[in-house]
Amino acid sequence: MNEDTIVALATPAGVGAISIIRVSGSKAFAVTDRFFFGKIKIENAATHTLHYGYIKNQDEEKIDDVLISVFRAPNSYTGEDSIEINTHGNPLIVQKIIELLVSVDEVRLAEPGEFTKRAFLNSRLDLTEAEAVADVINSRTEASFRGARNQLDGFLSARVNDLRSQLLNLSSFIELELDFAEEDIEFVNLDELSKRVDSIIIEIDTLLESYEFGRVIRDGVNVAIVGRPNVGKSSLLNYILKESRAIVSEIPGTTRDVIREEVSINGILFRLFDTAGIRISEDTIEREGILRSQETVRNSDVIIFLEDVKQGESRELQKDLLDLSSPDKIIKVLNKIDLDSTSEISADVKISAKTGEGIDRLFFKLKEKAIGSSSYTEKTAIVTNLRHHNCLKKSRENLINARESIIKKMSGEFISVDLRNAEMTLAEIIGEVTTEDILNNIFMKFCIGK
Amino acid sequence: MKKFDIVVVGGGHAGIEAASVGARMGCSVGLITMDRYALGRLSCNPAIGGTAKGHLVREIDALGGIMGKIADPTGIQFRMLNKSKGPAVWSLRCQSDRKLYSAEAYRVIDSTENLEIVEDSAIGVLTENGKVVGVKTQSRNDILCNALILSSGTFLNGLMHTGLNKTIGGRHGEQSSTGITESLVNLGFEYGRLKTGTPPRLRKDTINWNILEEQPGDENPEPFSYQTDISKFPVLPQVSCHISYTDKEVHKILEKGFEFSPMFTGRIQGVGPRYCPSIEDKIVRFADKEKHQLFLEPEGLDSDLIYLNGFSSSLPAEIQYEALKKIKGLENVEMVRPGYAVEYDFFPPHQVDLTLETKLIDGLYFAGQINGTSGYEEAAAQGLIAGINAALKIQGKPEFILKRSQAYIGVLIDDLVTKSTDEPYRMFTSRAEHRLLLRQDNADRRLMKFGFDFGLIPKELFEKVNIREKTIVGGIDYCQTKKYHAREINTFLNATNSNEIDSTETISKLCKRPEIHLKQLLEFNGSINEKAAIDLLKDEIALQQTEIELKYEGYIQRQYEAIAKLERYETTTIPLNFDFNKIKHLSTEGKSKLNKVKPRSIGQASRISGVTPSDISILLVYLKN
Ligand SMILES: Cc1cc2nc3c(=O)[nH]c(=O)nc-3n(C[C@H](O)[C@H](O)[C@H](O)COP(=O)(O)OP(=O)(O)OC[C@H]3O[C@@H](n4cnc5c(N)ncnc54)[C@H](O)[C@@H]3O)c2cc1C
Ligand SMILES: Nc1nc2c(ncn2[C@@H]2O[C@H](COP(=O)(O)OP(=O)(O)OP(=O)(O)O)[C@@H](O)[C@H]2O)c(=O)[nH]1
Ligand SMILES: [Mg+2]
Repeated sequence: MNEDTIVALATPAGVGAISIIRVSGSKAFAVTDRFFFGKIKIENAATHTLHYGYIKNQDEEKIDDVLISVFRAPNSYTGEDSIEINTHGNPLIVQKIIELLVSVDEVRLAEPGEFTKRAFLNSRLDLTEAEAVADVINSRTEASFRGARNQLDGFLSARVNDLRSQLLNLSSFIELELDFAEEDIEFVNLDELSKRVDSIIIEIDTLLESYEFGRVIRDGVNVAIVGRPNVGKSSLLNYILKESRAIVSEIPGTTRDVIREEVSINGILFRLFDTAGIRISEDTIEREGILRSQETVRNSDVIIFLEDVKQGESRELQKDLLDLSSPDKIIKVLNKIDLDSTSEISADVKISAKTGEGIDRLFFKLKEKAIGSSSYTEKTAIVTNLRHHNCLKKSRENLINARESIIKKMSGEFISVDLRNAEMTLAEIIGEVTTEDILNNIFMKFCIGK
Repeated sequence: MKKFDIVVVGGGHAGIEAASVGARMGCSVGLITMDRYALGRLSCNPAIGGTAKGHLVREIDALGGIMGKIADPTGIQFRMLNKSKGPAVWSLRCQSDRKLYSAEAYRVIDSTENLEIVEDSAIGVLTENGKVVGVKTQSRNDILCNALILSSGTFLNGLMHTGLNKTIGGRHGEQSSTGITESLVNLGFEYGRLKTGTPPRLRKDTINWNILEEQPGDENPEPFSYQTDISKFPVLPQVSCHISYTDKEVHKILEKGFEFSPMFTGRIQGVGPRYCPSIEDKIVRFADKEKHQLFLEPEGLDSDLIYLNGFSSSLPAEIQYEALKKIKGLENVEMVRPGYAVEYDFFPPHQVDLTLETKLIDGLYFAGQINGTSGYEEAAAQGLIAGINAALKIQGKPEFILKRSQAYIGVLIDDLVTKSTDEPYRMFTSRAEHRLLLRQDNADRRLMKFGFDFGLIPKELFEKVNIREKTIVGGIDYCQTKKYHAREINTFLNATNSNEIDSTETISKLCKRPEIHLKQLLEFNGSINEKAAIDLLKDEIALQQTEIELKYEGYIQRQYEAIAKLERYETTTIPLNFDFNKIKHLSTEGKSKLNKVKPRSIGQASRISGVTPSDISILLVYLKN
């Protein structure tokens, strides 16, 4: 069975003491070994053993220290080679690790219930358990029928469907020439064909590019709100959420642990992290404070560096943030301008978390940081799913092959192989098309037959 | 009472294949047919083969069927269609001498041992406890059998229409068949109504041939059958067809007759084929087309009839005649017989299994037009498969099912059973998703082993194919390893207007250049002495096969990969009589479709419309248990 290797978070999402990421499939060990640095390779580890080491990303930067449990087929939950990565319970770390794993070919996020389905397929479950699995599969499709699962998918499938029908039309032209060569009908001209293939490739490219920010839109953007105590970080969070989620007080040091909340702004999911204020004594920064928020900062996509008109600028803190992150991730925000609207302190955005002044500008900046200058609106078709992305990529390859055949003036049946594959790969995203559809199209459009 | 192992009803193209193969596999066979001289009659077009149909004929022949062997000695024009395209879509077509074709069919059937022709009309199916036991006939006692193959063509309650005139009959001048449909409906079968049509026949010497465009056959024609002796082929003198066109004036006259059209007035309820529309259909559906192409095809060497291909019609005879006279070359034509449409009963084919045995009645098989197909070749292919399976079952041997990746015949039967059909089904190359592999030139390499195993292919022929296979495999290997140096080959490349190479290149790579033939690469310097190359040069067919496989290697490889990807689904079987109702998680539509089609494999299940990917996942889950 040559199935993809699948990855998913096995513990509830959110902040807990530890999180467990489960990986199952024929590549489970190999893919882990790419990023895991421990005493031995997981590939060589015995079943039911535990290994300590680091997960590092492609640039060899350490992400977290982890414990990995190894289960060899068939002695695992799924019956396949499996591992479990125990990490610190920080959602950002979990996400980073999962992203690393699924960046490998033939490794992807598990679909709901898929671990259990595999367990069943490998005869690791009994019938009642299997029925539960069937329920999961069912409820999932029901959800997708209702379209409630994700509106984003709706726009994407409309676009993909359109591409498919374009491909179907091209195939029909080609098949017409092959199956009805004896008829006196006008056949497709190769230049025209090649142009139409090109234009489909371009459309696919646009979709592929949308994946960059598409993932951001689906997975959410991690935003750390950092700054010295009392600058109004919690107030800002509350203002954005429109509720009193975090305790706000005039006493510096109110927030102690990281608070995480999700909010959708202009159709983009932002995950806001309100952090504990970082104290600065005369001219040295309390390193301990930084340490606590350090992890959050390092793993964030965007950092709101908050200052207020009363306390003024802290160049030291700014410098430290720059060391932890890159300048293009930081939005410098000056708060409490209701108290002093003429403050000379420089900032990207000036706001008041009390009156809401300037918040719109802040939202605009956030969107810009998240998806760049792309003209995303809530109705743009975007690719957010890795599997969809891969299908589009494969389909594109097929089309490149088809174009090559056209350029080489190959006969239609050769061009057709790749056009059909391109169409079928797209079909995998949404539904299925059969050769019957191609013929139907022919019968509808052309006069053929004796 | 008479008893046979197998009884076949209807000696059309399906029936004669079924009867012949059953008898040759050692069963006693009775072929009940209304008229022994109508065996293998070409009801409509006097032609065999054509796009995708030519593939079917080659496959039938490789499996040991008789169609190709009848067509070769009776063909009066052979043409390989689509020659300008790649080899996968070349298709052989021949014009047949209608009279000689049935005469040859009769000769072949009559001389087959174990086979008795019973001239009669079957009027009912006899069963006991869900198993077939025999057949009722019009003029003699019941005939008993272990297996019954129904291949009654367009005859079941056949009704012919010309204008508003209706005649009961299955074909011009022949009776229709009543009783069979009724007895099957009583057994619980579902039936439907289809229609097809035929064009007028014209008197040959009333046509002005001089002004028509001529279409001759191939100069060096190829036969259909692997068993035809090339040195004596073609057997008959070869003739040409001619081409003419309708025009606006012709269309206008035909339009006058629309109010008398049995189609447009709703008198015909049967569904007709979209790819074979009547001329009136074409005018209505493609109103912006100013002319339609027509082929004037000879019905035989000494026949004075011409078949007007493209002018199928069921309009009133006077209208047909008036319109004909406006066609170029037909100004003074005599219409011997008007075109007509025929309506008939068929049994939607989801009711048969991939062996063509019905799901409802043990030992009962349907083959040919009764399954909703149209065309001689489609019918013959089914007759062959039904006959083979009936014989295998009687002999207690495993069933024979061809996969979609093995043969057009596999595609045909899988399509019928899995998707059923509500219009006449005909074969197209585009229906075969693995088209590049299922070529008419390699049917022997794909299928002859089965024909040989069933005892239908002579040993010498099969051995020849095996030796050739070794030559091909050796040849491919040789071409992939043997390299030429720039200095030895560049002169040749220059001479053929092909780009020079820098250092060395394999024959296989060079052969991919469209302007170069493998033969040239093996021969250009006259010095090749490796055995593999010499063997190739000695066998033209092996050489051609090797060349195709090398030239299109990348594409062929991709098709193999696609097959491999699906293989898991195709080989995960679903037990016979599996009850899909007991899986409560299947979608309601999925469940009812699955119960209707009763797929044999997950692959087949996944092709049923209305069965969703999640149904398939759920099925996989249960089948594992
Ligand atoms: C008018 C007409 C137009 C057609 N047009 C086209 C076309 O345009 N394109 C195309 O591809 N195909 C066309 N066909 C179809 C083609 O002829 C058939 O698909 C093909 O012949 C089917 O083969 P078969 O073996 O199923 O049946 P047939 O060739 O029809 O043979 C049936 C045989 O069974 C016998 N029979 C039937 N019932 C009984 C019985 N109860 N007892 C004993 N004998 C019985 C009949 O006498 C006949 O010999 C046309 C057919 C007709 C009649
Ligand atoms: N006038 C004014 N007061 C503000 C504004 N934002 C926050 N404050 C006040 O500043 C004080 C500190 O606010 P918090 O939101 O608790 O500050 P913090 O940055 O979360 O502080 P720590 O959690 O202690 O690090 C509270 O008294 C708020 O009411 C603002 O925009 N204008
Ligand atoms: Mg706070």
